Parts: sequence; structure tokens; C-alpha cells
Amino acid sequence: MTTLTDPPKASFRLSMLIYDSRYRSITIQVVALIGFLIGIAWLVNNTLQNLDALGKTIEFGFLKDPSGYDINQRLIEYTSRSTHARAAFVGLLNTLLVAVMGCVLATTIGVFVGVMRLSKNWLVAKVMTVYVETLRNVPVLLWIVFLMAILSETMPKLKDYKTGAANMLFGNSIAITNRGVYVPEPLFSRSLGDVTVLKGIYNDSFYFGVSLDLIAILAVFIGGLLISKLIKRRADVIQAATGDRPATWYLRLGVIVVPTLIVLILLGFHLGFPELKGFNFRGGIHMRNSLVALWIALSLYTAAFIAEIVRAGIMAISKGQTEAAAALGLRANKIMSLVVLPQALRIIFPPLISQYLNLTKNTSLAIAVGYMDITGTLGGITMNQTGRELECVLLLMLIYLVISLSISSVMNWYNERVKLTER
Amino acid sequence: MRETSYVRSEMLAEQAPPITNVGPIGWIKENLFSGWLNSILTIVMLVLIVIAVSAAFPWFFNGIWNASSLSECREILKGDTGACWAVIHERFSQLMYGFYPNHLYWRPNLAFVLLFVAVAPVLFNGLPRKMLWFSALYPFIAVWLLWGGPVWGVVVALLGFVIGFFAFRFLEPVLGSLFALILGVLATLIWWLFLAGPVANGLAGIVPLALEPVESRKFGGLMLSMTLGVTGIVGSLPLGIVLALGRQSDLVIVKSLSVGFIEFIRGVPLITLLIVASTLLNVFLPPGTDFDIILRVMIMVTLFAAAYMAEVIRGGLAALPKGQYEAADALGLDYWKAQRLIIMPQALKISIPGIVSTFIGLFKDTTLVSIISLFDMLGFAKAIQANAEWQGIVWELYVFIAFVFWIFCFSMSRYSMYLERKLQTGH
Repeated sequence: MTTLTDPPKASFRLSMLIYDSRYRSITIQVVALIGFLIGIAWLVNNTLQNLDALGKTIEFGFLKDPSGYDINQRLIEYTSRSTHARAAFVGLLNTLLVAVMGCVLATTIGVFVGVMRLSKNWLVAKVMTVYVETLRNVPVLLWIVFLMAILSETMPKLKDYKTGAANMLFGNSIAITNRGVYVPEPLFSRSLGDVTVLKGIYNDSFYFGVSLDLIAILAVFIGGLLISKLIKRRADVIQAATGDRPATWYLRLGVIVVPTLIVLILLGFHLGFPELKGFNFRGGIHMRNSLVALWIALSLYTAAFIAEIVRAGIMAISKGQTEAAAALGLRANKIMSLVVLPQALRIIFPPLISQYLNLTKNTSLAIAVGYMDITGTLGGITMNQTGRELECVLLLMLIYLVISLSISSVMNWYNERVKLTER
Repeated sequence: MRETSYVRSEMLAEQAPPITNVGPIGWIKENLFSGWLNSILTIVMLVLIVIAVSAAFPWFFNGIWNASSLSECREILKGDTGACWAVIHERFSQLMYGFYPNHLYWRPNLAFVLLFVAVAPVLFNGLPRKMLWFSALYPFIAVWLLWGGPVWGVVVALLGFVIGFFAFRFLEPVLGSLFALILGVLATLIWWLFLAGPVANGLAGIVPLALEPVESRKFGGLMLSMTLGVTGIVGSLPLGIVLALGRQSDLVIVKSLSVGFIEFIRGVPLITLLIVASTLLNVFLPPGTDFDIILRVMIMVTLFAAAYMAEVIRGGLAALPKGQYEAADALGLDYWKAQRLIIMPQALKISIPGIVSTFIGLFKDTTLVSIISLFDMLGFAKAIQANAEWQGIVWELYVFIAFVFWIFCFSMSRYSMYLERKLQTGH
């Protein structure tokens, strides 16, 4: 005859904080937190003491002062009388410009190389392997300064174009010189003009013009896309009801292309070609060597990693999937678009985004070739001129963190969406 | 019964396959010209290769090795294509050792050779396990060789670990592992902070065994990259493991501290951390502290790599089946024993490719120190280009530096593949 009794209720003793696993985790956490807070307090205290000794305070007012330096490659108006904040803004736009251009080019090259590496053609596969192994086993900074040196030391000089020793490429539209690359610019003869936003804020630091032409074109293009989607949905409905799918590709292409073309013609779209006038090229867009070197080097380097990601993604889809799809009677292009790609993309996308993230962070190497990105302006000249190291570095890190976190939140959102729901 | 005379009764001899389907011709047909698209691709590639090789070979082999300036090279070449390898020849010691004193080159050389001895038992487990003792001692030997000074500074630093270890060993049965660990660490810290200095001075007074000291601002070239890289690798792995465990932990505060650290470091480019190291680190430390830039960069590089390492190891931890954790619990192992005996060996094995590629990335990232005006190989390349004698030299320098990095990184990646194959115990 036994009776179950409750375990003896031990009263709380101090030693249980360490020996009782129920309380120990709390003890450890409290100790960790106290240690962390003491560490922070120590750092802050040191910083304040040091700044005090130097006669500095932490304030961001210097951002409103005129910067006093020039930035030659820029997307928005800027003079040396503009504020430091505007210089940082110009730098930020430059960072984003290289990041976006780099991601596009790196993806293009990377997908091409990755697919080619899987080619049955032995020679092609080997050449692509050599590309990947060469590019990714050498520091990207070396590629950047190497390319910069090649561009500025070995490309034709402006006077070669005058004497005829060098010629422009692609029917006089692109000129590659040792001072940069000149490419045609889009112009609108009946332009709608710009609308300036954010004027007058923070000593005119953040205003920029938005081209109404661009907005109009984009609006029409996106409208076309939406209509095209509606047509597809209608075709789906008809197919579900009757079993026959009406041919819609010409209609879908038409609603996108035709209105866009009409808008382009209405706006008087034409290209402005660079022309040699006097001692320099006039017209066109002047991409300086620093921009070109950074862009191309980052893209080629990142492309090597993307190629490996694409290859791994395609190879990860088992052959049975393709065969099963073929057994269902799907055609080769349908197998690709309905069976293989959706699965491969799920594998490819997360590491691809983290390569984009790496590329974006690597744009900070611009400082090595003198391209004025955010590190070159805020973390470079502004910091050295004003002596506000702490403030500049804090802002710089904050900006990079915001960029990185927004890219990775896109990735997380995608991962959630395509996650396999198992069991 | 009629005879079926049209049915052949004896077997025909086997015919050889057509000449175009076997041997080299068959291989070429199958692998290079299997269709019109493949044929076009092959031809395009061949043309590209021929162009590249015909441009590179004469340039490469026609190179000049003895000259003192670019113009002299050009005079010797008389308009022929040819590389001016003389720049490598003349600046070789700079590119390798930086400003390290000439007569002391044997020290980095010895440290470099010993590095392989130290790394070998870690890389290949066919070697005697006793050699691991040398691997553990190597960091101290290397520090002494590279920086010089009295040997006792290094010896007392090493003694700190020994003291901590024995304190832990003797106290563990009495006080339990947690207390023993804390006291062991405390003993080490007390030794380092208060006793190590006087003891080292005393010993140096008795036995003055010392190497000529070399300041770290004299470090440069490949040697600087190697020093930074190896320190980063050695430091980031344990730190990364701790951070990964912190991130996987159930303890909310520990977890959020780890996550915050990892995400912060991974969110900013290394160059901003190097800017912190070069301009700000002294601001964060007690007034009056001023330790040298190389050490500051080492700390930053290690922290940077540790965050990436933590993510790689976390991937390995997450990839382990849950049953392994539960089995460890069922055996009654406590947290640390379970980690040490069951979880970590498997998780680290899974994460080897990631760990090695983090190492490769770290080694490549050491080039960034040229931006904060330390002279690694790229820093010297810039300096040499600015030099009047070598102005205008591009290819030779960068090709050489790229080749050096390529050898290190490529062999690391091959090693990781070899290890992956060796550790493959699945089906």
C-alpha cells in the first residue's frame, strides 16, 4: 500500500541558482547581461573621456556645412558648395548605382557560365571551369585595381582619337579612352521635364530630380504587363473550360511593346552620341575609369560565385524529375519551365541573394580606385576634412546595415514563400 | 518436314565499331562536335584560346629578368613583346617581406616552414598525434620568431594557459565544472595582468635569451597577409563556434547578444571595420592606450571572420538530425559533454566546405589593409607604380600577385574537396 506523495518542496536556497538547472539558465543570462552592460559602459566611458581630452563632442551638425570638395562621377546636381550630407547622398546613390549595375551584369555572366559549365561540350566546360577557378581564387580588390590600371595605362588616349590612331566602336557610338568610357545617352526632344522632390530639406541636402519621361514610360510598360497578365488569366479560364488554349503570345507581347513604343515616339526619344569636339568628347554619358573598373571587376568576380550556385542548383534536381515530367508527356520547354526551373530556383535564390549582398558590400572597395561611393565621401573625404570620425563611421555603418538588412529581409520573405511544407 | 534453309545456323563474327565512334575520333565527335551548336561553340572557344595563347606566350617567355627600370626593359626588348619580370626580380624581397630587416629574413622563412609542420597533423590524420602538441605551441613560436624580443614574454603568456588548465583540473572535482572554469579563467587573467610581466623581466635578467626585436610596422608584403590570415583563422574558429552555440542557445539574452553581434558584423563591409581599427579603436579604449595598427587590424579581421564562421557552423548545427541531440540527452550527457562528444564533431564535419571557404575569403580579404595604408603586396604594387623607374608597369606586377594568391586559395579549396571526400561516411 503506497501513496504517491509530492516530491518534498525544497525551499529556495541560494545555491540553487547554480546547481538547479531550473534557475541556472537565469543566472547565466543575468551574468551575461551584466557583463555585456559593464562592457558597453566601459567603452562609452572611455570614448567620452577620450573625446573630452580631444575637445570634441558627438554632434552631427557638421553635415549641414558646405563640403568644399568635388565629386566628378555623380547622378544628381552637386557642387563643392553643397553640404556634407549631400555629398554623402551623392555617394549613396553612387553605391547603389554600382550595386544594381553589378548585380545585373554578374547575374547575366554567372548564369551563362554556370550553364556552360554543365555543357556536354568538353572544351566549353573546361574553359568555364578555368574562368571560375581563376576569378574566385584571387582577391576582388586585386581585380579592381588591376582593371583600373589596365584601363588607365593601356587604353587609347584622347589625342589618338584626334589623330585617327583609335576609332570609336559600334558605329561611332562608344569611345573607350584612358579617361573613361563614353556611351550614348537617352534624350527626349519633347521631354516632359523633371519634377524636383525633397527640395529645401536639411539645407537642400537631399533634393533630386525625377524624370517625368521615365515615369511615363514605366507607367505604360507596367500597365502593359498587367493587361498581359489579364489576357493570360483569360486564356487559363478558357483552357480550363474547353481544353483548348487560345494562342495569345502575339497579343500579350503587343500590349506591352506597342504602347511603350508609342510613348517613346511621342516623347521624341533618341540617343545622344558622344562626339569628339576640341580636346574632349561632348555629349553622351561619361563613365569614368573608376566606375567602369569597379563595375566590371565586381561583376566578373561575383559571376564566378553565381556560376557555381547556378550549377549546383541545376545539378541538385534529380534526373527522375525530368524523366517523370517526360513520362507525363510534357515537352522539353514545359519540363524546363514547369518542373526543373521552379525547383532549381528555390535552391539557387537564397545563395544568389547573399551574393548580391556581398557585391553590394564590396562596392565599398571603390575607395581604392577613387570612385566616390558612400565610403569615399562620408567615410573618406568628409571624415578626414571634418575630423568627425566617430559620427561618420557610425552613419556609414548604419547606412550599410540598412541596405544589408533590407536585402536580407527580401531573401527571408522569399524563403518563407517558397519553403517546402513538409509533414 | 521441310528444311528452313534461309535461317542462318552459325553466328556472324562481331564487327569492329565504326572508326568514327571509337578512340580519339569518337571522343572528339561525342564531346566536341555532337551537334551544330556544339561545333560552333567548340570552334569559337578554339579561336579564343589560340588568340589568348598566342598573345600571352611570347609575352610571358620573352620576359626580361634583369633590368633596373621599365625603360631599360624596353630598350632590351627593342620593340618586341615581352614582360618586364625584372620588377618582380628587383622588388621580390619587398613583395614578400615588406620592410622586414634583410638579415632577419630567416625568421619569417622559418616561421613559414614551421607553419606547414604545425598544420600537417591537423590536415592529415595519418600523422602521429603527438605532433599536435607542436601545433598548439606553434602560435607562440611564430610570434616570437616574427616579432623577436626576449623569449620569456612568450613563455609566460603560454604559462598563463597552463596555469588556467591546471587550476581547472584540480578544482573541477571539488567545485564542479562551471565554478572551476570561472576560477581557471580568473587565475589565467591574474597571472597575465599582474604576475607575468615581473616574472618575464626577472627571467630575462637571469637568462637573456632574445631575438632582435622587429616592430610590426616593418611587416609587409605576403608575410603581412599570411600573418593576418593565420591569426584570423586561428582566432575566428573558436570564437565562431562560441557565437554559433550562442545563437542556437535557448537562453534569450545570450541568443540575442550573439544574433546582434553576428548580424551587425555581417551587415557592414570589412573596410568600415578597418577604418574603425585605424582611426577609432584607440578612442574606445582607456585613455593613453596605443597599441599598434597591425594588432588592431588583426582583432578586427578576427571578429569579422568569426561572425561568418558562426553562420557556417550554425548551418552545420541546424543540418544535424534532431535525433542526435535527443540521443545525447538520453545518454545523460550534460550540455558541454553533448556538444563536445556528439554534436560538434558532426556539425563541424558538415560545415567543412563552408569553413574552408570562409578561410579563403579571409585570406583574400587581407588585401584590404592596403586601403588603410598598410603595405601588403597590393600596397607595394601601388607604391612601385608610383615609382619613377617603374611607372607604367601594370601586367607583370598584378599577374604575379594574382598568381601568388591563386596558389594559396586554390590549394585550400582542393584540400577541402579532398577532406569532404575522405569524411564522406554516408552511402
